[in-house]
Amino acid sequence: MNALDEHQSEPETAIAYDRVSKTYPSGNRSAVSELSLTVARGKLVVLLGPSGCGKTTLLKMTNRLIEPDSGSISVDGVDIHSLPAPELRRRIGYVIQQTGLFPHMRIEENIAVVPKLMKWDKVRTSARIDELLELVGLPPDTYRRRYPAQLSGGEQQRVGLARALAVNPETMLMDEPFGALDAITRSRLQLELRRIHQDLGQTIIFVTHDIDEAVRLADVIVVMREGQIVQAGEPLDIVTDPANEFVSELVGASDALRRLSLIEAVSVATPIGLGRVPPDLTIPAETDVRTAFGAMLSAGITSIGLTNNEGEIIGSLELDTVREIARTHPVGITA
Amino acid sequence: MNFDYMIDHWQEILVLTREHILLCAVAIGIALLVAIPMGIAVAAYPGMRTPMLVVLGAVYTIPSLAFLAFLIPSFGLGNKPAIIVLAAYAQLALVRNIQTGLSGVDPNILDAASGAGMTAWQSLMRVRLPLALPVLIAGLRIATVSTISLATVTAWIGAGGLGTLLFNGITFNRPSMILAGTVAITALALSADLLLRFAERITPASRALHSARG
Repeated sequence: MNALDEHQSEPETAIAYDRVSKTYPSGNRSAVSELSLTVARGKLVVLLGPSGCGKTTLLKMTNRLIEPDSGSISVDGVDIHSLPAPELRRRIGYVIQQTGLFPHMRIEENIAVVPKLMKWDKVRTSARIDELLELVGLPPDTYRRRYPAQLSGGEQQRVGLARALAVNPETMLMDEPFGALDAITRSRLQLELRRIHQDLGQTIIFVTHDIDEAVRLADVIVVMREGQIVQAGEPLDIVTDPANEFVSELVGASDALRRLSLIEAVSVATPIGLGRVPPDLTIPAETDVRTAFGAMLSAGITSIGLTNNEGEIIGSLELDTVREIARTHPVGITA
Repeated sequence: MNFDYMIDHWQEILVLTREHILLCAVAIGIALLVAIPMGIAVAAYPGMRTPMLVVLGAVYTIPSLAFLAFLIPSFGLGNKPAIIVLAAYAQLALVRNIQTGLSGVDPNILDAASGAGMTAWQSLMRVRLPLALPVLIAGLRIATVSTISLATVTAWIGAGGLGTLLFNGITFNRPSMILAGTVAITALALSADLLLRFAERITPASRALHSARG
């Protein structure tokens, strides 16, 4: 790479892994081998793969809870080994499954852990606790003085998120944070995380083995297998154009409905006119094809109108088109 | 057998009780100073656990009178050998419970502590020890109660305390003196037990647990 390339208007790199390897003393093969990856600032990157694929190892090497055998990792342009591990970790938010909240500390004390380590004064810390509890949707007056055991799993994980956000880190690491929650609570928290990520714009690395979660959250999905990256790309690309049989099976590329839910109806619309009868039913053009398909099925129609923001019909989605998408892949996005 | 001695000599009993408490407190204090670092070390290196408990278990099986007798040539009579023996016997309960308490902390929580940027020391002081505290105090309670009753025997080498009443009662054949000593020792042991049970319950870790809904 020469100097010119570095001055291109490429998105700024937040995290860079360079030929990182890790073998556990007990393991006969490497957990992560010669892995390189760059993560652009502000992206939510999901590491996806079956258990034992090295995704958690990669995550934990980022804040040095696990030390790599070789290779280098930099966070925000700084080599992670250039500063003491505890100092590095205070700059990086960390959320784990089952929350990892300290059971003997009240909610406010849990959130204040990192501010206290960074020697914030009491007034600033206290104000920040209220702010964070509001952010994650827990009224401070009700929750500050409680102990973790008095909260539901979902509430605990909100506190876990608030604690990780306490000193406003630019980078967050999340290790299957919603894995132990029921489906409804999980999807609610996924939405909240998306919202918080959009508002605050941190770089997030998120580990999961749940493809639906990955699709819902990710800007970029990195599929891993046996310590290496199999495919990295936007959720739609991964699902519609899996690199190989492994990815295809993992993401359930054969699941036609999942593919449909990733496509906006407008992108596969048939232009209005062409001598067709105007459709009986209309939906907004950006509705996903899966939802549109559902509407067509329940109305018993073979064509549904797509409207723009002004409510004008700009095209239609045909049942034949839906069939076509469901049958084939990759999907032709341009229509 | 009657309570005459207790009624007539309550002031003397009070003095002996104070002596007894002091002797036990010093022994337990010293025992803790040794046991806490030892428990932390054993928790950090699980391989040390079995050998350490075997050694402490062996110490525990030495008959107390024999143990005291062994120490007299080097330390003479009085408090000093008594404190050494009491502190040595307390090690087993203390080290075992400190180790159990520390090792029982959910690894997930320790992961969260290092992940938040705590140093090993901060994690120990702010997370591990507080969470191990109820188990640690339970060990302290067992050690304290057995030290209180064991400290009776040390009166034999002139360490003072309530054991004096028992030995004198036997020597002068005064059952009411023996009764007075027994009652006082039992009362002391029970109070210590109650006090430490209470302490166990008010640690933040126990309070948090008991605060759970339902």
